[in-house]
Amino acid sequence: MTELTTPATKRRATFQWRGIAITVAAFVLALLVGAILMIVSDPEVAGQFAYLFTAPALPLGAAWAKVSSAYAALAVGALGSPAALAATTREAAPLICAGLGVGLGFRAGLFNIGAQGQAIVGAILAAWVGFALQLPPVLHVIVALLAGLLGGALWGGIVGYLKAKTGAHEVIVTIMFNYIAVGILAWLLTTPAFLRPGRQDPISPEVHPTSTFPGIFGQLHVGFLVALLAAFGTWWLIERSTIGFTIRAVGANPNAAGTAGMDVARTTIITMAIAGMLAGLAGVQVAIGPAANGVPTPLSQGIVGSVGFDAITVALLGRSRPLGIVFAGLLFGGLHAGGLSMQSIAGTPLTLSMVLQALIVLFVAAPGLVRTLVPFLRERRAVVAGGQA
Amino acid sequence: MSTATIALRDEVIRLDQTESREARRARLSSGGLMAGIGLVLLVLAFRTKGEARYALSGYFDAVQLPTFSLPGLPTVLVCGLITLAVGAGFLGGRLNPRLRAGAATLAGIAVMLGLVTWAASGVGLPFQISNQLAGTIALATPLVLGTLGGVLCENSGVVNVAIEGQFLVAAFTAATVGSVTKSIPMALVAAVIAGVLMAAMLAVFAIRYIVDQVVLGVVLNLFASGLTGFIFDQLVQPNSSQLNSAPIMQAIPIPLLSSIPLLGPVLFNQTILVYLAILSVFLVAFLLYRTRWGLRVRSVGEHPEAADTVGISVRAVRWQAVLLGGVFAGLGGAFFTIGSTGAFNKDITVGNGFIALAALIMGRWHPVRAALMAVFFGFVTQLATQLQSLSTPMPSQFLLMLPYIATVIAVAGLIGRSRGPAADGVPYTK
Repeated sequence: MTELTTPATKRRATFQWRGIAITVAAFVLALLVGAILMIVSDPEVAGQFAYLFTAPALPLGAAWAKVSSAYAALAVGALGSPAALAATTREAAPLICAGLGVGLGFRAGLFNIGAQGQAIVGAILAAWVGFALQLPPVLHVIVALLAGLLGGALWGGIVGYLKAKTGAHEVIVTIMFNYIAVGILAWLLTTPAFLRPGRQDPISPEVHPTSTFPGIFGQLHVGFLVALLAAFGTWWLIERSTIGFTIRAVGANPNAAGTAGMDVARTTIITMAIAGMLAGLAGVQVAIGPAANGVPTPLSQGIVGSVGFDAITVALLGRSRPLGIVFAGLLFGGLHAGGLSMQSIAGTPLTLSMVLQALIVLFVAAPGLVRTLVPFLRERRAVVAGGQA
Repeated sequence: MSTATIALRDEVIRLDQTESREARRARLSSGGLMAGIGLVLLVLAFRTKGEARYALSGYFDAVQLPTFSLPGLPTVLVCGLITLAVGAGFLGGRLNPRLRAGAATLAGIAVMLGLVTWAASGVGLPFQISNQLAGTIALATPLVLGTLGGVLCENSGVVNVAIEGQFLVAAFTAATVGSVTKSIPMALVAAVIAGVLMAAMLAVFAIRYIVDQVVLGVVLNLFASGLTGFIFDQLVQPNSSQLNSAPIMQAIPIPLLSSIPLLGPVLFNQTILVYLAILSVFLVAFLLYRTRWGLRVRSVGEHPEAADTVGISVRAVRWQAVLLGGVFAGLGGAFFTIGSTGAFNKDITVGNGFIALAALIMGRWHPVRAALMAVFFGFVTQLATQLQSLSTPMPSQFLLMLPYIATVIAVAGLIGRSRGPAADGVPYTK
């Protein structure tokens, strides 16, 4: 960048370039696999391949039409218009929040698979404040937000406590806590406090308009700004605060951190509580953030969808850095938003975006595989390493 | 406190009966847990009205066994007292360590009996014991197979969070192949191949590309859910009469044994998968603990460097174990479709893979113990379903949570530390 670039920063710049190149390659590879999947699973298109050697234009044209229409609809739905971009931000907001929670755990060396449960508990509390209490407009949103944060922090904090005090593996405990949260939600939705009057199916009343995140433009609402603020806050916490330094130290080497006088057990509890709080914020986003129809979805069994598991992929793709997580959240938010339009315009099921998401993360997590599949990246490495290729 | 001091002094004198701090904590916390549950049962006993009826036979069974009744209050009271006594025995340390396992089992049975009696008392309908047993077998079969897949995988040092994904892909493949070929054996073979392919994905990313195995498992589950969901939406659902109507496995009665009242139909009139699951438990136990290959698997899971030094190829053994694990997970997955309704639905496995993982950890990575835990999970889930239909005072959602809470308690070391293979999840690079 400047004249003062030292070898160390130069090497770092190369490293970052390679990281981005691998992410891009992973994205392209995922799209390729997705295209093959689309062609194979469509009997009409796949049937045309009988003529591959007699009339190659027929199958190739049909395949191209199928794939291009689906991916065009995906791109248009995610990026094609200001309204599409707004829809992408709405889908991205909970992903970013929960992704920050998972990413923070990764930085402390903890696998927070429990973002799902933490988001559910956050959503339960935020929604309850939203529909059960009567408060003035701005205050109502803030109280609902704080309730959700508290719920997530509690749910994550218990796991941190168990990990710190008994050594229970957080992966198993968080998976179990996800199911316990689902069970609690299922039970609450049968109680008079949560069940919408006059309904038998498990659904809560709608939250009051006073407790809804105000809209800004189209589907873009204040919740997205809250997510960005949370990303900034997490960045500050990790990179600039004492507790963040402790978190990173414990993540790098808990024994060394303990020897240096840091309280590893306390750090584990605090990290899990904050991570749970961020995942709880994702629950708040779905509980009081307006959905595509302009009003928040009432509490029901599938309220948070699969945000907790998507968050793991977001944190991985964003390499556990807050800025990276924002971009990764926007990418997957775009995949979700575009997936909806792909489904309605091109008739390609929404589930394809889930496949793409998993493939992207698989390829990103295995750079060795990407280098094998994309010779360009491998040659590049050979030049850097050996100077001959 | 005085008993504790005496116990401590005892330890100092009799070295053969010393107790580590960890074992002591496990003993105290499990004792406390049992005593607590015993007290809860005592309280519940006085809120139990009428009597609980138990039906030994289903309505349509050929041999009708009598329906018997237990008086509500005394039964729950006795169960509570037994549990409390065992808990106190654990807490006081007076219980002979050799008797502890038996006492804990007794307490477990007392808790179950007390709980069911409390729930079924005063309700007109009898509690169907044959239903309970049959449901337990049906729910436990895929769990046992899945947990065995995990046992093989994890004993070789590869963490398998992807049992759920293996189940899902195998269930899907079994349904589609079964629908096309109309043949159960073909569907089973296809499910096994699908399970092995998913296992191969796990192996290639975990062993060759050294991706973090927990993360990998989560991503593979997402991949499996997306893949099966996509093909289901795109291809299967529009043609469900050709692609989603697989034949259903029929029960194969074992002559003589199947005509034993009550237990006969439950254990000896089942589908081939149930028999396979039971055989697999012994097969895996035999493979792991009685063969040279099993010793190698365990050695690469405990100390890969040492195994490598004596000439065992760590990666090859891990590959074999993971792939063989895929066979069992694939069989387990097949149960969800051709073992039940023959049709596939999106995310049909609903978290059973994670329960299998929990059973694996609760069973401390041992095939027989893990399979028993899987049966326990099946039992509790079926109990929750049964009590739901009795409309009992306890919300069934809480019972459904029981396996998860039990796992947390076990993992948190309250009943005893569950420690896995030393190199579980650690990739091996030379």
